[in-house]
Amino acid sequence: MSDLTYAGKTAGTGTAQPAGPPPDPRGPLRTWADDLRMGLAFALRGGREGWMRTLLTAVGVGLGVALLLLTTAIPGALAGRDQRGAARAEVPASDAEYVGGTVLVGNVDTEYHDTMVRGRLLLPEGPDAPLPPGLDRFPKPGEMVVSPALADLLDDAGSDLLRERLDYGIAGTVSDAGLIDPGELAYYAGSKDIAAADVNVSRVAAFGEDADDQAMEPVLVLLAMIVFVALLMPVAVFLIAAVRFGGERRDRRLAALRLVGADGRAVRRIAAGEALAGALLGLVAGTGLFLLGRQLAGGVTVYDMSIFASDLDPSPALALLVAAAVPAAAVGVTLLALRGVVIEPLGVVRSARPRRRRIWWRLLLPAGGLALLAPMMGRGDDAGAFPEWQVIGGTVLLLTGITALLPWLVEAVVARLGRGPTSWQLAVRRLQLSSGTAARLVNGIAVAVAGAIALQMVFTGVEDDYKEETGHDAGRYQLAVYASAGQDVGVGDRIEGTEGVSETVTRVSTVLAGKKRNPRNSVTLSVGSCAELREMAKLAGCRDGDAFYLTDTYGSADSTHMATAGDPLYLDPSYDGMAGKALRWAPPSDIRPARARADSDGNKYDGIVATPGAVPDVRDSGAFTAWVDVRLDPAVPEAAERVRNEVAGADPLLSVHTLNSEIYEEDFAGIRTGLAVGAACVLVLIGSSLLVGQLEQLRERRKLLSSLVAFGTRRSTLSLSVLWQTAIPVALGMALSTAFGLALGTVLMRMTDTPVAVDWPSVLTMAGAGAGVVAAVTALSMPLLIRLMRPDGLRTE
Amino acid sequence: MTIGHTLLGLLESGPRHGYDLKRAFDERFGHDRPLHYGQVYSTMSRLLKNGLVEVDGIEPGGGPERKRYAITDAGVTDVAGWLTTPEKPEPYLQSTLYTKVVLALLTGRDAAELLDVQRAEHLRLMRELTRRKKGGDLADQLICDHALFHLEADLRWLELTAARLGKLAAEVRA
Amino acid sequence: MSTTPPTDPFAADAEPAPILTATALRKVYAGTPALDGADFAIAAGETVAVMGPSGSGKSTLLHCLAGIVPADDGTVTYAGRDLAALSDAERSALRRREFGFVFQFGQLVPELTCVENVALPLRLTGLGRRDAERAARPWLERLEVDDIAHQRPGEVSGGQGQRVAVARALATTPRVVFADEPTGALDSLNGERVMELLTGAAQDSGAAVVLVTHEPRVAAYADREVVVRDGRTRSLEPVGR
Repeated sequence: MSDLTYAGKTAGTGTAQPAGPPPDPRGPLRTWADDLRMGLAFALRGGREGWMRTLLTAVGVGLGVALLLLTTAIPGALAGRDQRGAARAEVPASDAEYVGGTVLVGNVDTEYHDTMVRGRLLLPEGPDAPLPPGLDRFPKPGEMVVSPALADLLDDAGSDLLRERLDYGIAGTVSDAGLIDPGELAYYAGSKDIAAADVNVSRVAAFGEDADDQAMEPVLVLLAMIVFVALLMPVAVFLIAAVRFGGERRDRRLAALRLVGADGRAVRRIAAGEALAGALLGLVAGTGLFLLGRQLAGGVTVYDMSIFASDLDPSPALALLVAAAVPAAAVGVTLLALRGVVIEPLGVVRSARPRRRRIWWRLLLPAGGLALLAPMMGRGDDAGAFPEWQVIGGTVLLLTGITALLPWLVEAVVARLGRGPTSWQLAVRRLQLSSGTAARLVNGIAVAVAGAIALQMVFTGVEDDYKEETGHDAGRYQLAVYASAGQDVGVGDRIEGTEGVSETVTRVSTVLAGKKRNPRNSVTLSVGSCAELREMAKLAGCRDGDAFYLTDTYGSADSTHMATAGDPLYLDPSYDGMAGKALRWAPPSDIRPARARADSDGNKYDGIVATPGAVPDVRDSGAFTAWVDVRLDPAVPEAAERVRNEVAGADPLLSVHTLNSEIYEEDFAGIRTGLAVGAACVLVLIGSSLLVGQLEQLRERRKLLSSLVAFGTRRSTLSLSVLWQTAIPVALGMALSTAFGLALGTVLMRMTDTPVAVDWPSVLTMAGAGAGVVAAVTALSMPLLIRLMRPDGLRTE
Repeated sequence: MTIGHTLLGLLESGPRHGYDLKRAFDERFGHDRPLHYGQVYSTMSRLLKNGLVEVDGIEPGGGPERKRYAITDAGVTDVAGWLTTPEKPEPYLQSTLYTKVVLALLTGRDAAELLDVQRAEHLRLMRELTRRKKGGDLADQLICDHALFHLEADLRWLELTAARLGKLAAEVRA
Repeated sequence: MSTTPPTDPFAADAEPAPILTATALRKVYAGTPALDGADFAIAAGETVAVMGPSGSGKSTLLHCLAGIVPADDGTVTYAGRDLAALSDAERSALRRREFGFVFQFGQLVPELTCVENVALPLRLTGLGRRDAERAARPWLERLEVDDIAHQRPGEVSGGQGQRVAVARALATTPRVVFADEPTGALDSLNGERVMELLTGAAQDSGAAVVLVTHEPRVAAYADREVVVRDGRTRSLEPVGR
């Protein structure tokens, strides 16, 4: 090939020798355009090799773009959920509201197999009653309109208990506008039994409020921002690496172009054109992948959350930005990459001993990031929203710091390595010659792992917060039924007889005060059998009709005063905006003091306790609430569903709670798993680029490998050297990203005002995932290595 | 190479006796073929006749080798003319080897065998020259290389002919 | 192992018995026979040129002789051992300890310095890094390239690189050196110098050299020649010197 080009060149210079090179008649813009087009042509018509390279870049960029579009579309998708959520929010009617224009809505949410089922009872109060979104008419009493997902669930053979609970005829389907996501279980049932005064029933004048009104907690917004930065940064880093696929082969082609007379600048422009071809194809591929992924996303439910495909719509501005930034980055990165390279007609010369990398400006990036983030430490939720740009800027700078520091670190460490077996020596020397390439390939992994570690830390911390707040004794009781004032406080008796219930404990109580309205002081009056009272206090003796005031506990002075002063007392007093029954009650004259007992959590009961005989009319007065703890028999299947059915049968408006101290942890585990899955996707993406680089390098060295084998090098030595070559930079990358991840995590935890704690298992998991990528890349490059080590590589004839 | 021009050229640095000339010639150019005294004598007498050299003196003892010769102006002009005239490249159009190959083909003998034997002989000589070259000084190396390049050319011809033997046989016997 | 250039007793004796022989080798690559009944023998300390036109199978013969590629048919015997009977690991060990290799190009590891490249086969035989590099130095001196010991192959000329390759081939004091077009990428002056140093050093250490070349002047450095034509060998001279 070189003979041919040489001949062409000599012929060209030999025929006519003009006085000096003629000025290029084209303007600079035309020159650029022409050279770029030439590069495009090379990329698309460069034979098998050119195609392969363009294809690799296109696939890499395509994956990156798809991920980019998907991530930029997620805020929109979440906003879509929020909007539909807001659109069906119930606006309560004021007292003055025209009665014919309202609807009574009863909240009958229930749970089925750990999944929420949103339920509403509807009773229109006039011809102008507002219709909830997603419905075209009100269901008649005894009918219901269900979401498609609930319809499917009800159709399931195993859903007998749910069918029994939602004992309505299906009269229609809730359309998408009335649902938060396609997987939502929801129904609207017609009812004629609810009244405006009932608990969990409200008189609604309209549906829909402004979505903006619901501000997210600042900490959650912060987390969301960090998630996006942590996911997008590695994708960006990967995109940059993908544009450089096949660089070494391309350099040789560029040298050949120089030979036939292209000047140094033209060659760079042509190279940029080649990269542009890959990027443009990648953009197309990425859009295709995104559309495909969008369709798939519509059918998938992750952790009780699913997304309408139509919601996954990147905002035009963001999509335009991606479409413009990716090709521009491709050209920019190529030109930047060729900066340290001199393309000569006979080959590519890299500055033989490149300048030592300096560390000071590399340190500036993370230092700047920390400087941006540090002032926000200790804010927590109370100080309002975090300044967006400061958070994003700080995090981006900190994570970019990894990509700046890693090349320096790899170079500095590798330069000091040396001793070791032959395989080690081969790998180390190789890295010393091209530490930049190695570092570049690992950069993406490092950024992804650092972000993931930081997020894991923060999630773990926040999750601990939430766990402390629940504090239910889930070991003993699994369900709790709460009957508000006005509901059936005797519901515990019904539950007790249900199949699968081994024990119920009912606590009936109300507020007791010395005034009918807005009392200053109040204590709790709990009613129960002597046996139940003995759980709360140390009683010397007890008979029905007795009452006791608890001493040695919270508020015992108030309790003592109310029990002994002889002033009139009122059950369930009224407060401004909340009407109570305010029933007059006189404690029995023989009311006695009793020492309070602590429950299994160490909390002491307080107030006044009484047997039913001392308080008339507990069940029907409407002044008492009941809390029923239910212990289930684990041997009975579906015991919880049976209890829920029993309660719903008594009164669908009664709420049943699942007592589970780990309920929040499960939610967070979901987020963490999601994060881990996302990080894993990014790692796989980057691992694929590592693999491509590795394979390319191996193919380059085909001759060398065969000759090394010829003189007796063990195949294991060569394989090990390939392993070291990947493992050393990845190990350094993991170390650096762990350090940065912990630093970022610490700062973020300080910012959210969470006690700093390191979640070592997840750190190890993340670092282990990085190591796994190395192992996988090495394993996947083995077949090629083994093939290349065959002596066929020596054949020249 | 003509002996006359060579001896004339050697005289340009100063007058020499006949035996002196022979020794200088043998040392520089003789190698495997030293000059006979007779050759020196006959050449010198021809140069004398043409006025290119003159007798500068005679040592006692007699014999042509005892004469001391000096170059004349005409002689210097003649040497200069010889040196500046390029040698005519040898066309090598009359080749014994080619004749042998064709004859072998015509008479039905094994031409390939002939070529192989010749090839082995050429390479044997090349090996010998290479050995000599390894031990020798720069002059030896240049002279051996000259021979080696020629032998190599012959060898390439032998290889080429061996590869085209079938075609040649067809043409010769047609 | 002695790693300085020794004076080998074999060289003086001119042992007539061949050290490496091959009989009736046959090798087919993708349907095309590369070797079709080739015979070969070389005595200790002898240098044999393997000549022939391109594609005649001379490189394949070298690969089979060195145990890099198994022959489809026929036997290769080195020092009384049938190469086909050895395991791959044993053949590799043989190549490491008893054979040396010089190729046209693509043989030096670009990221190792020249002295490290020469030390590489020694390290593969288990020598420590320091010892291996110390042992490599005299060979660089012998090949007149000790001044570039700490440069990388990319920074030296082709002739120097090839001398480093020769030094590497000889550093393990092999019994047989296999050279495949060792001067193919060099100009004639550099090529001759490399050949002189290769044959000279091999002779001094008593190594036999199998020299594959298509250049007669390179072949002239050998003691005798074997011609490969259409996968068959032809030799007009007896084994030994």
